[in-house]
Amino acid sequence: MKAFTEITSTFLPLDRSNVDTDAIIPQQYLKSVKRTGFGVNLFDNWRYKDPGVLGQDHSKRRLSDDFVLNKKQYQGAKILLARENFGCGSSREHAVWSILDYGFNVVIAPSFADIFRSNCYKNGLLPIALSTSEIDYLFEHVNTNPNYKCNINLDSQTITDENNKSFSFQIDEFRKYCLVNGFDEIDLTLQHEDKIKDYESKLKQTSPWLFSAK
Amino acid sequence: MQNKTLYDKVWQNHVVHERDDGMSLLYIDRHLVHEVTSPQAFEGLRLANRDIWRKDSILATVDHNIPTTDRSVGIDDVISKTQVDTLDQNCKDFSLVHFPMLDVRQGIVHVIGPEQGASLPGMTIVCGDSHTSTHGALGALAFGIGTSEVEHVLATQCLLMKKSKNMLIQVNGECASGVTAKDIILAIIGKLGTAGANGHTIEFAGSAIRALSVEGRMTVCNMSIEAGGRAGMIAVDDATLEYIAGRPFSPKDKNWDLAVAQWRTLNTDEGANFNSTIEIDANELQPQVTWGTSPEMVVGIDGAVPSNITADQQRALKYMELQPGTPIEEIKLDKVFIGSCTNSRIEDLREAANVIQDRKLAENIKLAMVVPGSGLIKQQAEQEGLDEVFKAAGFEWREPGCSMCLGMNADQLEPGERCASTSNRNFEGRQGKGGRTHLVSPAMAAAAAVHGHFVDVRRYL
Ligand code: SF4
Repeated sequence: MKAFTEITSTFLPLDRSNVDTDAIIPQQYLKSVKRTGFGVNLFDNWRYKDPGVLGQDHSKRRLSDDFVLNKKQYQGAKILLARENFGCGSSREHAVWSILDYGFNVVIAPSFADIFRSNCYKNGLLPIALSTSEIDYLFEHVNTNPNYKCNINLDSQTITDENNKSFSFQIDEFRKYCLVNGFDEIDLTLQHEDKIKDYESKLKQTSPWLFSAK
Repeated sequence: MQNKTLYDKVWQNHVVHERDDGMSLLYIDRHLVHEVTSPQAFEGLRLANRDIWRKDSILATVDHNIPTTDRSVGIDDVISKTQVDTLDQNCKDFSLVHFPMLDVRQGIVHVIGPEQGASLPGMTIVCGDSHTSTHGALGALAFGIGTSEVEHVLATQCLLMKKSKNMLIQVNGECASGVTAKDIILAIIGKLGTAGANGHTIEFAGSAIRALSVEGRMTVCNMSIEAGGRAGMIAVDDATLEYIAGRPFSPKDKNWDLAVAQWRTLNTDEGANFNSTIEIDANELQPQVTWGTSPEMVVGIDGAVPSNITADQQRALKYMELQPGTPIEEIKLDKVFIGSCTNSRIEDLREAANVIQDRKLAENIKLAMVVPGSGLIKQQAEQEGLDEVFKAAGFEWREPGCSMCLGMNADQLEPGERCASTSNRNFEGRQGKGGRTHLVSPAMAAAAAVHGHFVDVRRYL
């Protein structure tokens, strides 16, 4: 996983709540057996007028001009700003892969669905939850000035804008440690190999049926 | 010792190691695998040169991508076929138990786990699929995971997690005839909202939950995720044990007695603490119908599309092409789908068949299909003659799989089409780009198929 420390960027304001993972990346793209290439299909149903399939040339499809992702003034943004319960629905990690692949590094919303948030951490996408009033503040500024920028610093857990207004955000110590170092969680877990084996041998004694699969 | 909830107990039984920073290494007993969320995980293992920690904990099947029509001819869609073949190959390479497309035991992963006795009380159960919450109906801690976590469990048999909060949903009273498990959970989501249980494990309790069959309990737990709860659980009782006894993977003989003694303790202690409690009165519930693009946008069959609405709801109504104030009974349909891991078990098919018996599809219904949850359910339904009831009414009788629940295969809505569906998500485009989904119970879907619009199924009973 790529390490994350800090970033300064403009925003993409996606002013919707309950953005579900079906909307982030529709079902037909989940047929891929790869982890890459999902960026062109991020928000596919909102972004394109005609339906698409995996593997086609998406540059030939007709764009929905009024969808915010297609608006010129927001190109190049690395921070996705949205409303409550972002990433609800299906567990598809493809949602996170598509957001990252498109070029975002941070998603800011008042709240996130549990599985989506956990998928973010595994891939180096930083989910930041702020209060509704802080989110309102950010939307207001982005809406009046598309070039509005913030610096996001993971180490100090702060978001600071050009006017030096700053917000702090929470993150689990462990999650931060993995993100900052770009750690592979499997390696971390395998450091406890002996403990897992001990647990397993006890389990075999107390609950032998768990091991006598057909 | 402190009084514990059902969730506290199962969680504690599985902690391998607790870190100082609040994260725990949690042992996973059962890992269910399907073709869509696993290929990248197997690839990750190969790249890192890792083996699978415990192969006998895994049960794999194909469900999302496969056709529900004649399978002897193979899979037309090359990309779908690649994904299905990839799972077949991975299971071969790593010697995993796998029910491939032509195996009679194949089916939707959340249907076959319990059906096989592979999902048991007290287990931790995971799958790369958010509706893994279904298995909590058996008193298990079951939740969906992403593909990185699938890889993590394959490689270590564990997950690094933080314990969630406890939420109790108490459903007291008794459901009227025609009001089903699906209506209970839809009403709960309507009340809680789709983020209401974020960060919580839900325990469903109360007389109306106890009165449900184990299959009905699965329907309830299945949609915990639609209220934001990663897991939903129900305490073990006699009905649970009866359901499990004699299934292929269930413990036998001496092991059965040993297991039952442990399972009997899988309930919440008197006085245990919940972070929040919600009460629902089952006596007041009506059959439910969703009108929008989120499962929380739901109302009783006597009701109407709300008139006083937010911007999000307005956007939903535009997508659904519905006017505020429209009575639910006036909503006309194009298609009917009976299936999905929420409602494709034998009891669901019986309920729908009961309504359909000696009736015909309304003329405006272009397609109505029944997709059983597994090959074994299909077989049993055929033995009971249910397939004949559906076919005589004009329904199509299909092969098992996810089908039009998410339309990854050919079973999709066309843009603008409106569907009564027994599945769990009415998101924009879920059943096909531009398609419009109304979530209902199997009995309500069947009644709607006969009338061509929603009707109160209680009138049939
Ligand atoms: S039936 Fe639908 S919800 Fe259930 S596993 Fe399949 S796609 Fe997911």
